[in-house]
Amino acid sequence: MSTSGYHPDLDPASAPPFPKAALPVLNNMQLRKNVAHAVDVIQAKRGRLVAEKTDWQQLRAAGAAIRDHALENLSFYLQQFEERCTAAGGVVHWAADAAEARRIILDLLRQEQADEVIKIKTMTSAEIQLNPYLESAGVKVFETDLAEIILQLGKDEPSHIVVPALHVNRGQVREIFARSMNRPDLSDDPQALTAAARSYLRQKFLTVPTAISGANFLIAETGGVAIVESEGNGRMCLTLPRALITVAGIEKVLPRFQDLEVMLQVLARSATGERMNPYTSLWTGVTPGDGPQRFHVVLLDNGRSSILKRETERQTLRCIRCAACMNSCPVYRQTGGHAYGSVYPGPIGAILTPQLTELHHAQSLPYASSLCGACYEVCPVKINIPEILIDLRAQVTDQERRQTRRWFDPMYLGMRAANFVFASAGRFHAAQRLGRIGMRLFTGKDGWIHSLPGMGAKWTQSRDLRGLPQQTFHEWWAARDKAAGKEAQ
Amino acid sequence: MRASLFITCYNDTLFPETGRAVVALLERLGVELEFRSQQTCCGQMHANTGFRSEAFSQAKRFVRLYQDAEAVVVPSSSCVAMVREQYPGLFEELGNEALRREFAALLPRVYELSEFLIDRLGIEDVGAWFPHRVTYHASCHGLRGLHLGDRPLRLLRAVRGLELTPLPNLDRCCGFGGTFSVKNGDVSSAMLATKLEDVLGTQTEFCTALDNSCLMHMGGALHRRQAGIRTIHMAQILASTEASPAEIPA
Repeated sequence: MSTSGYHPDLDPASAPPFPKAALPVLNNMQLRKNVAHAVDVIQAKRGRLVAEKTDWQQLRAAGAAIRDHALENLSFYLQQFEERCTAAGGVVHWAADAAEARRIILDLLRQEQADEVIKIKTMTSAEIQLNPYLESAGVKVFETDLAEIILQLGKDEPSHIVVPALHVNRGQVREIFARSMNRPDLSDDPQALTAAARSYLRQKFLTVPTAISGANFLIAETGGVAIVESEGNGRMCLTLPRALITVAGIEKVLPRFQDLEVMLQVLARSATGERMNPYTSLWTGVTPGDGPQRFHVVLLDNGRSSILKRETERQTLRCIRCAACMNSCPVYRQTGGHAYGSVYPGPIGAILTPQLTELHHAQSLPYASSLCGACYEVCPVKINIPEILIDLRAQVTDQERRQTRRWFDPMYLGMRAANFVFASAGRFHAAQRLGRIGMRLFTGKDGWIHSLPGMGAKWTQSRDLRGLPQQTFHEWWAARDKAAGKEAQ
Repeated sequence: MRASLFITCYNDTLFPETGRAVVALLERLGVELEFRSQQTCCGQMHANTGFRSEAFSQAKRFVRLYQDAEAVVVPSSSCVAMVREQYPGLFEELGNEALRREFAALLPRVYELSEFLIDRLGIEDVGAWFPHRVTYHASCHGLRGLHLGDRPLRLLRAVRGLELTPLPNLDRCCGFGGTFSVKNGDVSSAMLATKLEDVLGTQTEFCTALDNSCLMHMGGALHRRQAGIRTIHMAQILASTEASPAEIPA
């Protein structure tokens, strides 16, 4: 567990731009095969279970409405949550950014005199890079989710928000476990691998008295917290330790307990293709003699309030982290998660990450989509991801076009020239004539273009382009009109 | 029935045969077609790349040019999706009330080709003849943007001589995405390779669609690989008859 856990490639401040980050993955055929197989399996399961719900579209609409209502009244519901959680014996902390959240959590661990901590998979803690911070402060962190153990022991990075090790296959898991648990005889049978993880974990559950969790939902009405999971490691972390620290984004709040009726239905089907997830844990504050006796909630902003300000972008915060968007995404299917340079990959990452950094970083992510719309179609809370991607592209363009170095950028030159051309039919037709002459240079004997310079090379790397025809459509129409006019005379 | 043809900038420049086929098809069905020579582009490329003010000036041109048209027919699903999905937001953001009203009046009269045939003319069998094995690619904008549903397939099934083979993973993008194909050229090429596996697996002669942008993408790679399958816009199949078969460029 000596790994620092800091992954500069998943830190938006240091990650390379998407097209560059995608290259090593595109050349890694094993990884691409693992990712495509995994998302195809989950997608098919999801499809079957969504199809059996006759009211699926109504459920989506209800999910979106519940989340929108919570976001429109966020400060009210957060205060209500704080009040009721406190009344039930919990302690609520507010963190404006990642650094403050990390400090609060470390202080709490120091109060607990904890030099070890067990964790349930939480994307929010990954977002604030909690593990490397705690490790460098001398606290040993033990992940307990099977996939997170694989990554932690394999010194790897999460590539998916629900199945973080989906890019790793079972043979690779065997190698990681055999090496790090000193079990050279371990087979790659899933049962044997799970048993190895269980014996590794059991000891941690029984000896480490402090746990960190995320939250799927905070419930304002009761002050309670809800977590859904598949393996039962979460239930162990939530019940065995003496102290529990939950870190949650401020957008995670639901107004009423009853809202879980909708959210749990759409979440399980969308995330894992199950009617109901195996473990749903709900707790409210502290119960004497039962479960953790000290309970803290750290409410994290870290850029979220700034997302609330724009109406289109606000939809982003409806997200319930089901990952259906990445499972359905044809881009993610090729690149997996690491290329997105953030702990939030896929379409939701492409809109969330740049916004969390207030567009200081991750400017390439809004372009990491063909705008095919598959993500919007499957989103259980109807986040119009393509619309937000386009809006973010406009913001990136507005930001970049003020930079002098962009003036001669081929994309900017081309776009400005195209706009000038499209503003007048005369100019458009002149440009077509010019293009026809210019493109002759690149057109082969077979009438096709096989190789282009500059940006065009990105096209001809895998595709030919038919040479420009001798007559445009409007020229043909004009000639036909003229001939018809002559005939009429 | 009178209709105005918005050919789109790239069809005008790169695929005039698609425009000629739309003319042949609609005139055969008794539509009186006009072509307004001032037309250029709908603004999709600029809008989707983040050049919003440029997209706005092109959108404004489009609305002004067609405001008195009885119907506007567009043989490109992504350009219709641009008009339907993005124009409202553009005009709202720029707060031009007069333009918004003009647009609202025009919008119900803008049709993608298969919508125009089935919804406006009420015709599924256009009297076409195309004796070839064909597979149909559903463009993302046609499928999820315009919700064309089975309209294209109903039109194709009525074509005499045509043998239709379903394309597996019909809802998966071919990886074109406009400037995505060059800004993310490597990822786009990988998506294209995946799509071509499915297309080649159909062992058909033609892959058709209602959008030449996907077809340019797939057709370019099929040509590069010297594969036996060619791409053809559906307008050219629907225009094809025994008396006047489809022109198939090399």
